[in-house]
Amino acid sequence: MNETPLWASESFWKKTAIWVTAGSFLILVVLTMDSLSKTSAGSKRVPAYSVINKKIDYQYDKELHKFMPVIGETELLFGKEYSEEEARQLVDLGKKTTQAKNCMNCHTLLGNGAYYAPDLTKAWLDKGWISKEMREDMMVKFLMDPENNARTYGSNRKMPNLKITEQEAKGVIAFLKWMSSIDTNGFPYNFKTINAEE
Amino acid sequence: MNTSGLNEAAQKAAALCEKSRACVNDFKAWVQLDSRNLSDGQQLAVKYFIVAVILFFAQILFGLLAATQFIFPGFLYEILDFSVNRMIHINAMIVWMLYGFIGCVYWFLEEESGTEIVGLKLGNIAFWVLTAAVTLVVLVYLLVQIGPGKDSSLWFINEGREYIEAPRWADIGIVVVMLIFFYNVVATFSKGKWSGIAGVLTLDLVALAGLYTAGMFYMTNITHEQYWWWWVIHLWVEATWEVLVGVIMAWSLMKLLGVRRKIVQTWLYIEVALMFGSGILGLGHHYFWIGTPEYWLTIGGFFSALEPIPLVAMVVHAVYDSGSHALKSGNHPALAWIIAQAFGNFFGAGVWGFMHTLPQINLYTHGTQWSASHGHLAFFGAYATINIAFFYLAIQHWRGDVWMGGGSQNAWRWKWALGLLNGGVLGMTIALLIAGYEQSFIERAVEGSTWGGYFTAQNHPSFQSAMIWRLFFGGMTFAGFILLVWDLLTIGKGETRKAPEIIES
Repeated sequence: MNETPLWASESFWKKTAIWVTAGSFLILVVLTMDSLSKTSAGSKRVPAYSVINKKIDYQYDKELHKFMPVIGETELLFGKEYSEEEARQLVDLGKKTTQAKNCMNCHTLLGNGAYYAPDLTKAWLDKGWISKEMREDMMVKFLMDPENNARTYGSNRKMPNLKITEQEAKGVIAFLKWMSSIDTNGFPYNFKTINAEE
Repeated sequence: MNTSGLNEAAQKAAALCEKSRACVNDFKAWVQLDSRNLSDGQQLAVKYFIVAVILFFAQILFGLLAATQFIFPGFLYEILDFSVNRMIHINAMIVWMLYGFIGCVYWFLEEESGTEIVGLKLGNIAFWVLTAAVTLVVLVYLLVQIGPGKDSSLWFINEGREYIEAPRWADIGIVVVMLIFFYNVVATFSKGKWSGIAGVLTLDLVALAGLYTAGMFYMTNITHEQYWWWWVIHLWVEATWEVLVGVIMAWSLMKLLGVRRKIVQTWLYIEVALMFGSGILGLGHHYFWIGTPEYWLTIGGFFSALEPIPLVAMVVHAVYDSGSHALKSGNHPALAWIIAQAFGNFFGAGVWGFMHTLPQINLYTHGTQWSASHGHLAFFGAYATINIAFFYLAIQHWRGDVWMGGGSQNAWRWKWALGLLNGGVLGMTIALLIAGYEQSFIERAVEGSTWGGYFTAQNHPSFQSAMIWRLFFGGMTFAGFILLVWDLLTIGKGETRKAPEIIES
């Protein structure tokens, strides 16, 4: 009667631990390969970098019951049409700049980061840039000299001057425009874009 | 400069050296710790513990600076901006916990394997290399802070990725040091004897070191970049670290209470099965909103909702064993911190994680102070506590296995340190949770996450007062830390009673 039943024995749980771990990891590897292929730049969920040549919007899809990016007609960035490679280079400069300037330890990107400053996922589409005509110019000026172009909304929180060059600022803006076109499964919810009529 | 100037400078430097040496000697005389009580592995372990405590201090200090900036945004503006303070706050945390874990493993490695550490010299070199690297990285964070948008910035200044900001050169260094640590563990167990604890530890360290390399690449595509970034962060803190803590907890329970090895190891296997079974695919709860396919909403939601189960098992395990041994232990502070770990892990990682893990609620809570609330209680409850428990185990042995059970002198110190640290972190957690609720409703649900909505929520009185309470409880945590350090340095001093030998029952 004193024998340990199988389900309470050390060896049973040892084997279970090994099989569960190996099985879970295997599923994760398969899902990872699938996810990476479905989210490469140029896929349906993550558009090619040249999407910066297009108009981007974010609207509620009644059939899907969620907000979805809407990619429209040509709407050039800085009045220039970028080839795929040129667009990639500009977005790359912008992405690298956001890392080198440590943006993520105040802001969130795709909702990840710190919570001292607003989320950047749809920053390109934010109403804070007043109108589409003023947006590019305001963004460049803000990034290069945030102290004198501060947008504090009564909070007194100001972005510090991060010595961003004009080219880097343009890269960051291209990166933000491209990021706003990613299908994020409806995050953020209820976001009213700069294109929306009041 | 002429020769006499040089001589003068050399004399000054020598005097300074002499003075600091005298200070160190005075300090040594005051703490009265006898290193002859420690084995070689344990001497290496306490080095890791000392750096861990220093980094714990840095974590709290920079956390307080960042918390102050929420209330006074002009504080240290363009000198030490929020981004710098917050980066050091979270990096110091990650690194001190890693130092603590490495220390714990070196502490029990010789006893568990029944032989001496194989690469002791290598282990010592690795310690100094790692410590020098950490110092350099922090100095660059403080003094250089940012760079131009080029690869060189990511290689030498800061990678700008939350939690793993360390520049690439340091990443490579960390991997080398981890490989040395791994070699020491495997080679020592191979020379001595293997056990269930040794086996789980070894496999866990393979995963821990291997996963880090997943975060060492730059990618333009932010969806891919965040995908791999979460491999490191999530699979560390919600899988491999939890298992590592399970290993340390298992060994501690045998040591503190004399729980039978067979029971401890069976529990450990159950925990590994539950932890990896829920935690590996639970990774999906970070893949809801970064551009990855919809199936992650289901997979991530389901498996991450299961993540609290192993933590319940750990509570049952710790409480049951303590009760069945009638809390008879010669080291009450360590036992109290082990119990704090079981509950802190369950509430911080389990309950606080579960509250916002389902995608239906996470749509509104993702990227708000809700995450900060969870982060504070989870990291403290799961990882700070177990390290502190081990510090008490180490100091007891270092003092020559003196009695630290009931009726010890100055026991109020460890009790107050325990109360202030736990109360402080819990207070911060509640304050941040209130801020998170408010943000989720006002910024997210009502205003739709625009910049205007963000600031409407930040300016709201309930958010503002939550930030003041957070700073207050941060101060309480700091007071607890000071008391903890004082207690660790003095506990057991002048105690003549020996702790009873704990035998397996």
